[in-house]
Amino acid sequence: MINFEIDGKPVSVPKNGTVMDGANQLGIYIPHFCYHKKLSIAANCRMCLVQVEKAPKPLPACATPAMEGMKVFTHSGQAVTAQKGVMEFLLINHPLDCPICDQGGECQLQDLAVGYGASSSRYTEAKRVVANKNLGPLISTDMTRCIHCTRCVRFGQEIAGIMELGMAGRGEHAEILAFVGKTVDSELSGNVIDLCPVGALVSKPFRYSARTWELSRRKSISPHCGLGSNLIVQIKQNRVMRVLPRENEEINECWLSDKDRFSYEGLNSEERLTRPMIKQGGVWQECDWQTALEFVANGLKDVKEKYGAESIGALGSAHSTLEELYLLQKLARGLGSASVDHRVRQSDFRADSQMQGAPWLGMPIAEISQLKSLLVIGSTLRKDHPLLAHRIRHAVKHGAQLNVINPIDDDLLTKVRNRAIVAPDKMVSMLAEVLKAVAELKGVEIPDDAKNALSTVSASDTAHAMAASLNDNKPAAVFIGNLAQHHPRYADICKLAQHIAQISDARFGVLGEAANSVGAYIADAIPFGNRNADTAGGRHGGQGANASQMLGMDDPASETGCKAYILLNLEPELDSYNPQRAVKALAAADLVVMMSAYKSHAAIQENYADVLLPIAPFTETSGTFISTEGRVQSFNGVVAPLGETRPAWKVLRVLGNILQLDGFDYETSEQVRADVLPAGNDVSAWLNNSLGSLAVSPIEAGKENKGSEGLQRIGEVPIYQADLIVRRAESLQRTRDAAAPLAWMPGSLMMQLGLRTDEVIRLKQGEGEVRMPVAQDDSLPANCIRVVSAHPSTAALGGMFDQITVEKS
Amino acid sequence: MLSAESLKKIDYELTKYPADQKQSAVMSALAIAQDEKGWLTTETMDFVAEYLDMPSIAVYEVATFYNMYNLQPIGKYKITVCTNLPCALSGANEAVAHFRERLGIGFNETTTDGKFTLKEGECMGACGDAPVLLVNNKRMCSFMSNDKIDQLLEDLSK
Amino acid sequence: MSQPAQILLAGLSPSDPDDWRLKNYEQREGYVALRKILSEKIPPEKIIEEVKKSALRGRGGAGFPTGLKWSFMPKQYEGDKYLVCNSDEGEPGTFKDRDIMRHNPHMLIEGMLIGAYAMGIRAGYNYVHGEIWDVYERMEEAVDEARAAGYLGDNILGSDFSFQLYNHHGYGAYICGEETALLESLEGKKGQPRFKPPFPASFGLYGKPTTINNTETFAAVPWIIRHGGDKFLQLGKPNNGGTKIFSVSGHVNKPGNYEVPLGTPFATLLEMAGGMRGGRKLKGCIPGGSSMPVLPGDVMMQTDMDYDSIAKAGSFLGSGAVIIMDDTTCMVRALERLSYFYYEESCGQCTPCREGTGWLYRIVHRIETGKGRLEDLDLLNNLADNIQGRTICALGDAAAMPVRAMIQHFRDEFAYHVEHKKCLV
Ligand SMILES: Cc1cc2nc3c(=O)[nH]c(=O)nc-3n(C[C@H](O)[C@H](O)[C@H](O)COP(=O)(O)O)c2cc1C
Ligand code: SF4
Ligand code: FES
Repeated sequence: MINFEIDGKPVSVPKNGTVMDGANQLGIYIPHFCYHKKLSIAANCRMCLVQVEKAPKPLPACATPAMEGMKVFTHSGQAVTAQKGVMEFLLINHPLDCPICDQGGECQLQDLAVGYGASSSRYTEAKRVVANKNLGPLISTDMTRCIHCTRCVRFGQEIAGIMELGMAGRGEHAEILAFVGKTVDSELSGNVIDLCPVGALVSKPFRYSARTWELSRRKSISPHCGLGSNLIVQIKQNRVMRVLPRENEEINECWLSDKDRFSYEGLNSEERLTRPMIKQGGVWQECDWQTALEFVANGLKDVKEKYGAESIGALGSAHSTLEELYLLQKLARGLGSASVDHRVRQSDFRADSQMQGAPWLGMPIAEISQLKSLLVIGSTLRKDHPLLAHRIRHAVKHGAQLNVINPIDDDLLTKVRNRAIVAPDKMVSMLAEVLKAVAELKGVEIPDDAKNALSTVSASDTAHAMAASLNDNKPAAVFIGNLAQHHPRYADICKLAQHIAQISDARFGVLGEAANSVGAYIADAIPFGNRNADTAGGRHGGQGANASQMLGMDDPASETGCKAYILLNLEPELDSYNPQRAVKALAAADLVVMMSAYKSHAAIQENYADVLLPIAPFTETSGTFISTEGRVQSFNGVVAPLGETRPAWKVLRVLGNILQLDGFDYETSEQVRADVLPAGNDVSAWLNNSLGSLAVSPIEAGKENKGSEGLQRIGEVPIYQADLIVRRAESLQRTRDAAAPLAWMPGSLMMQLGLRTDEVIRLKQGEGEVRMPVAQDDSLPANCIRVVSAHPSTAALGGMFDQITVEKS
Repeated sequence: MLSAESLKKIDYELTKYPADQKQSAVMSALAIAQDEKGWLTTETMDFVAEYLDMPSIAVYEVATFYNMYNLQPIGKYKITVCTNLPCALSGANEAVAHFRERLGIGFNETTTDGKFTLKEGECMGACGDAPVLLVNNKRMCSFMSNDKIDQLLEDLSK
Repeated sequence: MSQPAQILLAGLSPSDPDDWRLKNYEQREGYVALRKILSEKIPPEKIIEEVKKSALRGRGGAGFPTGLKWSFMPKQYEGDKYLVCNSDEGEPGTFKDRDIMRHNPHMLIEGMLIGAYAMGIRAGYNYVHGEIWDVYERMEEAVDEARAAGYLGDNILGSDFSFQLYNHHGYGAYICGEETALLESLEGKKGQPRFKPPFPASFGLYGKPTTINNTETFAAVPWIIRHGGDKFLQLGKPNNGGTKIFSVSGHVNKPGNYEVPLGTPFATLLEMAGGMRGGRKLKGCIPGGSSMPVLPGDVMMQTDMDYDSIAKAGSFLGSGAVIIMDDTTCMVRALERLSYFYYEESCGQCTPCREGTGWLYRIVHRIETGKGRLEDLDLLNNLADNIQGRTICALGDAAAMPVRAMIQHFRDEFAYHVEHKKCLV
């Protein structure tokens, strides 16, 4: 530690610490613009000049290393003169248009100018004018206001991992811009808006919609990916106007993904459902709650009488709250059906009987930054988990080795040590190879439950390299991504990965797909008795159908679907593994109740729903999400429910009452939560990734190995289609990540099929077909076609990783 | 995008730097590209970025930082006259005046026949030879009296 | 007047087109110092000791003692270290490095070899100013020659010393003469200076320990090794060892490079340069390149050409560029041109320089074009204060110092401009 003094107060900082670090510790404010604790030090704004004893000139606090015994003065004559001088320079070319600037009220320059600026300017020459840039649909520019602090440039280089902005030109002509004709497309781009200390980079969706002082700030939790980012939601007149990060070093640090930041537009979407609706005689009509709920209750009773309680299925999205999912399953089980699930995109449920708890990250999020080796299996990492990807980049920058087994080779913006880009149906054998290699390396036997399956496998060089990487670099971790979780052989992937982790002494984690993927298990929104079957006694009502069975995906020939469905926060034509079958199963049912915040266009169009109940999105209800690291985060509604929208937990409670079910007497969502969670809300005892004694199926011929002949589809979920809210966030829908889907395939396949780039082809799965232009991606495995799922233009297709056929059109 | 010959030159430059520091060759690569193409188009800069494994904006930063890259089409001969103080003391401004008169253009302008572009330069490190000028970045001409300027223009006009 | 001693330009016959070649250099005792070091296996510390003794000070402008700088390089460091030669001569008025490289490139190469040997460095770069393309090409040829002759490369002259040297060219940015901007530029980036500390000796090229010296500094080293540091020191004055090339430009009869021992009176130098053009009166002189304060002619005539004497007179020896201005020179106009230069060449990263240089230029321009105000002179001084010492690199100082000195020494002339809206001269 280095001991020194600032303004007469003693302070000590670690070796390599700066004067700024010391000041921050002491709570002494030194004015600054370019300095940011998460970015490299540029020392270019010169605002933080301070006096240092014995130094002939003022020194920048942000860049000056602390020295033993040094005496620093932040408010001395010399320091203040220097700071005022810099402020004058900053202001000469800065437009003094605060009243019309979007940053007004939250501008660091404005704030500091009050303290350090002179009342009138000595600068009488013409001010510089800088042309604005089109950086895309999310960031709006007013470059004349730029003070060249380069925070935005450093953010791209250091955090987002991709340099999209730069400072071109030199001297007074230097300006921040993207390369000619390019926009800023990073999935973390919105952070530059927060970073920009002035009004040069501002939010395009928010622009001119409110003055910052008119906004009230409310805390919330992101409902999107499993990270559980902490949010500040800003509102005006009961409308969400903007979302900002709430700093939490252990989760999102001071960042937000664009999805978390800009999805709020979906909350104010035209498509919001504001009154209950019933379809009568094929025509949709609005009605009051009473009518709607009675319709639902009677419908459910009818179905139960006619076909038995088991024919009622409840499906809730894992973007719903713990309380909502808990009451959903309670309702179903109360009616006598254990057919409850949230895993609508999962296709392999073989592991269900062996699960020991809720699958989770297996470690705290923050510790990802410290990893020295990782194996990521089946993940569109950057798009599914933008900030986890950032943590991983950070780890790699500090020496970690990243290993990847994936059917796609998207740029992770960081060094990948070993990569196996293999067709979906080869992922299992690749993992088997790694398991073999790691067992060899450690000189241990292959565990019994995998032994038979692995008998024909021999490890490739890549597998050996991955095994060594995990084994030799600690701490290490093996992660299962979303794509692997949707994979037709998820159980085998999970089991093999677990063995690899165990033998190599690495952590093992399942990356949570949705905000409440962990919570959904804990709420028992699953069709089997799980973590507290004994403690919660009769809650389960035995074994029910899983999502796949409920939606008729298991066996197309038989009519396995339910007769009544309660859908919570779901659009099955976009949210399920096989939308084609899902829609068919729903259409065949007697009753489909959709609890949704939206007039789901498709539901009405596809005509499978019978009643729509308007439920509150996360901003209009209180609730709880349990993040992928098992962190329980409760939040309150930040605005009143729109129109006649009601929080889903209340709707389910009333439904329970009408159906005269026991245990539906909750007054508050906290009471619901208290029913689910143990005292103190510590769920760690219920988190468990182990799959017990599940045996791995023979490597090459698993039952679920659906895509082993012909062409395989790689149907990942695109970043801005993952849930109902983001689908309706207009600005995000204009980003490059939301561009119209293409049928990506390797050049070899195009050749074989005689296709040209941009040629429109017909893609067929089952009975459905879509038309789409061809695009070439030589990094894809042979015989694979990458066609996203969860998109309206591909909803007519079948399973995400199933066989697909191509025809010229 | 660039000729094989240019690529060969760039590859030679690359041998000067550690294998993981390809970016170090960006200045030469841009200069070589400019020699071939006359000026740096977006496509050319993009190509160089790709070739050297750099973000294209980083290439653009470099191209716009250094004076001798042409980011706009220019005349066949770019004449850059140093007008910095030492040269000005020894006739640089008179030389510029002579160019203006002979070519009918000012700084940053190109003659209508597309032959000449006139540029103001900063110190070229040859102040003892003032007035000095550069033709197309690489050919330095010293002691440029009006007669020598006439001679130069005549030679280049051929 | 006795014939001054020469080291760097000694024995050259510029009219001979082969003057610079290896064989000619070898005839001028070329590579003798290197051979001696390698054959006698002189310990590296001894070499640094010798350079320290010579009182050789950096010829790039700051005048930092070279031996001391070399001793900063970490000795036990495992990884790569780099040696960089700063041949980005762009300081207005300076044109000496160009002549060294055109006529004596091997002397530079040998100097770098010795430096590399002394600091345990295996790779180096010579960064050549963009505008002197033919000189860059000559350096490329000279390096090829040296490599072919076994002076560069692996196991030089059969020893276990290896050193690779490469030339890198600039492409038009004065700021790349600043050593850390030069390193950034070498790394393929914009030439934006780095904040120091860390200094290049601990974090230099590609983040590795690096030593940077000026061309003329390196070129002096072989002589020091051949003749001993003491001899070199004795050529000049205490603390100001050796000879120095002065680039004399402006209103003299014979502008050019003159190598003289440090401590030579200015008057002698002026005489060597053929005296004032047209026999006019010396009005002012910038003795160390355009970044240094101007001195009035009479002060100059009393001053000797060495670091300490010029500092005493109120300016700096800088890069040794002597810009001579006679009584026909309008000082406002002169300052306007210089201010324009710093405004144009500011890299733009730090606030006082990016914003301040433009402001300075605009005010001086206003005065020059008859739109000045009397308060402007104080404003200029105050702005110069607000720039100097507050920037990342010394370009801020370089922009500020000429302004202050011009107003200090020629205030009346500026005031006249303001009041009469025209020139005094
Ligand atoms: C704006 C600026 C321009 C400079 N230009 C040059 C230059 O052209 N050549 C040079 O050798 N040093 C130049 N320097 C000085 C270098 O930063 C550095 O001090 C020098 O190369 C060190 O070498 P030396 O110790 O041998 O003098 C410049 C410094 C500044 C601040
Ligand atoms: S002083 Fe000028 S040249 Fe130096 S770093 Fe600052 S802006 Fe760049
Ligand atoms: S905060 Fe220190 S220079 Fe900008």
